[in-house]
Amino acid sequence: MATAAALVGLAIVLALLVAPEDADQGISQRIFYFHVPIALTAYAAFGWGAWKALLLLWKREERYDLESYVAIHQGTIFGALTLATGSIWAKASWGKWWVWDSNQLVLFLVLFLFYSAYFMLRFSIEEGPRRENVSAVYALFGVALIPVSFFAIRLAEDFIHPTTFTRDGPQMTGTMFFTFCVCWVSISMLAYALYRVELLGKRLDSNLRELREALS
Amino acid sequence: MNYLADVTALARKDLRLELRARDTLPAMLLFVLSTLVVFHFALPSGADEVAAQGLLWVALVFTALLGLARAWAPEREDGALEGLVLAPCDRSAIWLGKSAAVFLFLVAIELVALPAFALFFSPLDAGAVLGVLLADVGICAVGTLLAAMAAASRTRELILPLLFLPLAIPLVVGGVGASVSTDPGRYLAFLGLYDAVFAILCWASFEYVVSE
Amino acid sequence: MIRARAVEKRYGRRRALRPLDFELERGGFLVVTGANGSGKTTLLRLIAGLAAPTGGELDVASDRGGLGYVGHEPLLYRDLTALENLDLYGRLYRVPERRERAGMLLERFGLWDVRAERVASYSRGMVQRLALCRALLHDPELLVLDEPFTALDAEGAGLLDRWLGELAGSATVILTTHDPERVEPLATLRLALA
Repeated sequence: MATAAALVGLAIVLALLVAPEDADQGISQRIFYFHVPIALTAYAAFGWGAWKALLLLWKREERYDLESYVAIHQGTIFGALTLATGSIWAKASWGKWWVWDSNQLVLFLVLFLFYSAYFMLRFSIEEGPRRENVSAVYALFGVALIPVSFFAIRLAEDFIHPTTFTRDGPQMTGTMFFTFCVCWVSISMLAYALYRVELLGKRLDSNLRELREALS
Repeated sequence: MNYLADVTALARKDLRLELRARDTLPAMLLFVLSTLVVFHFALPSGADEVAAQGLLWVALVFTALLGLARAWAPEREDGALEGLVLAPCDRSAIWLGKSAAVFLFLVAIELVALPAFALFFSPLDAGAVLGVLLADVGICAVGTLLAAMAAASRTRELILPLLFLPLAIPLVVGGVGASVSTDPGRYLAFLGLYDAVFAILCWASFEYVVSE
Repeated sequence: MIRARAVEKRYGRRRALRPLDFELERGGFLVVTGANGSGKTTLLRLIAGLAAPTGGELDVASDRGGLGYVGHEPLLYRDLTALENLDLYGRLYRVPERRERAGMLLERFGLWDVRAERVASYSRGMVQRLALCRALLHDPELLVLDEPFTALDAEGAGLLDRWLGELAGSATVILTTHDPERVEPLATLRLALA
């Protein structure tokens, strides 16, 4: 956890001060160093959650349910951060807090809605195998939705509104690329650390409850 | 062969139930027509035909939601779903039979709704109609499974739209695209892709939604 | 036919069935008694395969096609007639000559006259009788009955008594009841859940 925090600190320094300013977009481009890794981490978390869900349905070991849930929880948090950083970037670039032009951002909006419903679904079902099964199936639907939605949003470009500009991913020089990698690694580590911490916390919680019950 | 016989028996059961109760279909019909009239007032004058086409899809999605909310109602009363789960048939057959019935209901509604739309707003071409049919498959496949999930939840009717709408977004894109674009082929192919991916997913995972 | 070793069931934090051991041979008749909430229904649902145990081992030597279940709910479609309900289940269970078998059962349980009326119009006792017909339709080798006598009237109870008597030895029966004396002569194994 400490290593992750230190790396994130280093990443912030690098991104804000060291990396050379991008010619086209100026300071707003710096947010990409965080926005993209956060988005990638969210995807990874959702994928991890779906993998654990598949293992639950296949192997039927109870621990996979919690692991899947925590992964999706982290993914949703990072998804929200993606939307937030994306919004900041939009404001910095075009003066509006939201634009429909970024396919990635729109995709995250759809996914955010989807995974928010995951929690509502999960906590409206009584604890037990039914809740585990339904959560797992829904998590699998999520990863199927990611590519399908992506294509849909791409297709929708034709009739939603024509893009008034093209946005290239930043052309990165050596230092920029290095900064990007550091950010990516640090954020991934942070996510993983948070995942482990939350998982541990929830496991301790349930062990404590069992102990209390056994004693009463 | 047995599998198809099971699916048919189950779908016929749903058709018979609806013919007898006659509550869901008339409600869906009235809802879609009322919605179209609301749209007339909701569209500012000068709004082009394309916008109206988009609204057709909104009407269809929400009408489908109305029907889906009631899809598993007969099984919930008196625990009939457990009776089906106990039977030696494949659990996915339960899903397929129910989806097929819901599909037929939706198409029946559209036989009235689409001409009504053409009358109120603008005519629909073959691309649009094909888009509607393909999207119906996706709506029924995914919607039936999600409705079964919602039935297991405490908040039932409340949660079904939340589960359904994000998954319906690609269908709306495909459908509107097929209606509006000069080259509907791409959109129709996309709808087919959605149907294939999610139908397989539903078919494989329904077992887990209804079992403990 | 059934072997249970330390079988238990919990739903999250709630324990529904304490660890249980027993063995029931083929053709046996098990009577389960116990106060409300002691886990009788949970045990029967585990045996029927409607739920899976969270601890221990449960072996049931019968697949879904050989199992007949009557629970607290009738598992029927209210807006269909008795004949239509049995026809559906007969198809799903691949019952040979399902129409004849359904007819025979409806007659045995006194429902022949109302066979073409919707279940919604039946009294509670009639619904329970139809539920029994549904469970017996495919001539199951394992019959799992959760308080079958509770909803039945005197005549219905008598019909069930007779049927159970005929079954004794050929099918395996598990039954919960608040009135164990009624089935005492048939019982080969008794379990009292705490």
